[in-house]
Amino acid sequence: MSVSISFKINGEQKVSEIRENTLLVDFIRDSLKLTGTHIGCDTAQCGACTVHMNGKAVKSCNVLAAQVDDADIVTIEGIASTDGEMHPMQEAFRSHHGLQCGFCTPGMIMSALDLAGRNSSLDEATIREGLEGNLCRCTGYHNIVAAVKSGALNMSKNTK
Amino acid sequence: MYNFSYHKPSRLEEAVEILSSTEDAKILAGGQTLIATMKLRLAGPSDLVDLGEIAELKAILKKENNIVIGSMTTHADVAGSEIIKKQIPSLAHLASEIGDQMVRNVGTIGGSVANNDPAADYPAAVLGLGAKVITNTREISGDDFFTGMYETCLLPDEIITSIVFPIPTRSSYIKFKNPASRYAIVGVMVAETHNSVRVAVTGAGSSVFRVKAFEDALGTNFSSNSIANLKVPHDDLTEDMHASSFYRAHLVNIMAQKAVATAK
Ligand SMILES: Cc1cc2nc3c(=O)[nH]c(=O)nc-3n(C[C@H](O)[C@H](O)[C@H](O)COP(=O)(O)OP(=O)(O)OC[C@H]3O[C@@H](n4cnc5c(N)ncnc54)[C@H](O)[C@@H]3O)c2cc1C
Ligand code: FES
Ligand code: FES
Repeated sequence: MSVSISFKINGEQKVSEIRENTLLVDFIRDSLKLTGTHIGCDTAQCGACTVHMNGKAVKSCNVLAAQVDDADIVTIEGIASTDGEMHPMQEAFRSHHGLQCGFCTPGMIMSALDLAGRNSSLDEATIREGLEGNLCRCTGYHNIVAAVKSGALNMSKNTK
Repeated sequence: MYNFSYHKPSRLEEAVEILSSTEDAKILAGGQTLIATMKLRLAGPSDLVDLGEIAELKAILKKENNIVIGSMTTHADVAGSEIIKKQIPSLAHLASEIGDQMVRNVGTIGGSVANNDPAADYPAAVLGLGAKVITNTREISGDDFFTGMYETCLLPDEIITSIVFPIPTRSSYIKFKNPASRYAIVGVMVAETHNSVRVAVTGAGSSVFRVKAFEDALGTNFSSNSIANLKVPHDDLTEDMHASSFYRAHLVNIMAQKAVATAK
């Protein structure tokens, strides 16, 4: 059995045939070969698999690929500009040392972008609460919070 | 996960038709509970009926003295809704504290209420605010809806279409959350209408329940002092690695007092 889905991935329109029980994260990694989206827990706890579905952060290990028919999906590979310049949020994680092993980072950044999109000003408490669904086993979060604060600020400067 | 046939009807009647003509079909809402259950092979439905395309299930509106919320409305949409924030701020606040943003972006009120997890937040709102659950065939009072741990009076192919919340004069929901999962160790909704006070508790027992003694005391005098010395019996409360039944009984009282003090 299979179903056909039509979707946008990082700006490109595509059609795929998938088995109904395919998880979105497996589809992204195994079929689309976009391995920046990670699988940490596979139980909707850690947020390493976070991608955007129609502009909103979701845990792709807890969504069926079939559910994204007609949807617009953006993964970590889709946020830098086409000339390779990093997105301000990526750049902030680099400059603030917001990562160590980097495993959680794609999910952190996709969640941070959802958070920055919903809030005009981000204080530390809002950032910590907003990243509740993302676990990091390395950094102790301090530099992640600093990175998100500065990334969000630079994003708002860029749109002005 | 076992395989299944996937359906995404765009009309409610079609969804009803598939559910009633298929032996082992299940409704898929946000999937935040169901997909995990299927991954563990604790559920293996033959068919999934995804309600995500049915537009009429997503509306939030004010109808007379009620707020009507379509069953497919996400927690994030309830949390962010201007009408709900104005008319029933406790409900918007409750939704804003469910899980994390990614769960709130897809999880739905209908799925949460149908699932009746003993530690879920929405059941406290349905019972505490005296809401009605509307399905494709009938209206069910919140008092009759929740029948036990993960159990409701829904029939296998019945679809929740909306929840109708009467607008209270003041209300508040306070949750003592499990710091890892964000589910309620104890959550209390207190709501006052012009002729009654309701107090509903989630997380503390096998299913959401009301506390009559608190309701009577608050009905006479709506202040946290009036319930401060009322003890809740701990015998029937949950005892697990997160909290003892004694501690839960204590939390029911404290969360209720905080809810009364912050009701608006
Ligand atoms: C990491 C994490 C943290 C969470 N934290 C919390 C929390 O703090 N508080 C809390 O309350 N919840 C929490 N949840 C649960 C979350 O709120 C779920 O979204 C919710 O329980 C189920 O809603 P859903 O839309 O995802 O339903 P689904 O998973 O799609 O469905 C759940 C069940 O309800 C049935 N169903 C769905 N819609 C309908 C309908 N309209 N009519 C009839 N039956 C229907 C389905 O068949 C299924 O049996 C958490 C979940 C996760 C993954
Ligand atoms: S892999 Fe999806 S939340 Fe951990
Ligand atoms: S940097 Fe290693 S898990 Fe976050």
